[in-house]
Amino acid sequence: MIRVVDLHKSFGRQTVLRGVNLEFVTGKITTIVGTSGCGKTVLLKHLNALLLPDRGEVLIDGVDITKLNQKDLYEMRGRFGVLFQGAALLDSMTIFDNVAFPLREKTDLNETEIKKKVDERLDQVGLEGMGYKFPAELSGGMRKRAGLARALVTDPEIVLFDEPTTGLDPILAASIHQLIARTQRAFGFTGVVVSHTIPQVFGISDYVAILANGVIEEVKPSNEFQVSKNPIVQQFIRGETEGPIQVL
Amino acid sequence: MLFFFGQIGSFTLRQLTEMGRIFLFLLSAFGLAFRPPAKLRLVVYHLKTIGVDSLSVVLLSGFFTGMVMGFQGYYSLRKFNAESWLGSAAALGLLRELGPVLAAFMVTGRTGSAMAAELGTMRATEQIDALYSMAINPVKYLVSPRIIASLIAMPLLTAIFDVVGIFGAYLIGVGLLGVSSGSYFAGMENSVVFQDVYSGFVKSLSFGLIITWVCCYKGFNAPPMATGVSRATTESVVLSFVLVLVWDYFLTSIML
Repeated sequence: MIRVVDLHKSFGRQTVLRGVNLEFVTGKITTIVGTSGCGKTVLLKHLNALLLPDRGEVLIDGVDITKLNQKDLYEMRGRFGVLFQGAALLDSMTIFDNVAFPLREKTDLNETEIKKKVDERLDQVGLEGMGYKFPAELSGGMRKRAGLARALVTDPEIVLFDEPTTGLDPILAASIHQLIARTQRAFGFTGVVVSHTIPQVFGISDYVAILANGVIEEVKPSNEFQVSKNPIVQQFIRGETEGPIQVL
Repeated sequence: MLFFFGQIGSFTLRQLTEMGRIFLFLLSAFGLAFRPPAKLRLVVYHLKTIGVDSLSVVLLSGFFTGMVMGFQGYYSLRKFNAESWLGSAAALGLLRELGPVLAAFMVTGRTGSAMAAELGTMRATEQIDALYSMAINPVKYLVSPRIIASLIAMPLLTAIFDVVGIFGAYLIGVGLLGVSSGSYFAGMENSVVFQDVYSGFVKSLSFGLIITWVCCYKGFNAPPMATGVSRATTESVVLSFVLVLVWDYFLTSIML
């Protein structure tokens, strides 16, 4: 269970998070929606301590990861897989080496076992036979798939998805969403998705939370969220410029 | 008035904080370099990028520096009828000073800037965050192997610069200006002592550390945008040049 308690974060004079409280149910996908620049990625980066809060706690199974020493923090991060917005593949390596990288660095598996596992993950994300290519040779969608293969290769308990479909066409975006849902069912990880592509993202989410004005304004099961009467949720779903969310 | 002093105080605090960060970065990279598991494959890779890839520019600059020293040395020494000391002047100048400093400049321009740009781009494209999130320490993975490689490569490149420079001065002095070959080498043999070679070695070693440290720090902490990467690259080269010259002054004053 991941729990975020009273999380505050500012960058200089700009306050991004003003006391976020949120629970992520184990084995389910929770999606955080919100307008661009509202702090979704900042919140996501607190979950595996890529960013540290000014105030507040991030509890993983009751342990506050903001207070861990470096050794324990690295151990904790080993439980996570992350799909970054731009996939963040290491561009000096082939796709195969990128996916194999965490296994080579963090496990004692031999090359035969690593090859078997990497090929398996590449198959699952539809990149069979593409392992020899470099990230620069792939399309945006293929890079995201490779990033997902890398995020899943260590069989993580928790997977963080930062805007997994940004910059993709609707068909490719739908295929990435399906891939996330399918892999979650297959591996049973706790998924946290940050996105603003609605309504598509509702289909893969068990829970949806909306971040606005630096706090979580509403969190509900996906089907209930869509019919919520909260004016902030309604403004966001309808894409209206007038309402409680300050756009400009 | 209060605002003015406030600004000075704030500026001083920022500079002190930055200096603290730079030194902690070096300590961390140096400490992690000798902590297992060793990244030998990466050290060998960076030996190629720092050493082998800088070889052509070091050879070329060393050769021309030596030839210029041949001309200038001959011109100066002729005024005292001491042309036979050309070999000694060229060797001492190259071994003690010009070799380490100019080789350091070449490596900064050829490899240091590339280090800053590469790490800056990795920061901007979240590749460094990806390493953190895979529970891999990016300083150990990206910086420590480069520091070890530069500590090995820099003295070797400097030695090559020195030898090629001495050969360049020989070509001009002996081949073109008529200095006797015997006196060129005899002068060198009589005047160059172990301390001269040692001081050049110590300088090259510390310059290698300075270049990698500064360029990696600037790239690693570059603001995640195109202008941030370009600024980090420029700053890393300028700061490396300045620090090399300042440190050269201190080392020279100690080791003279």
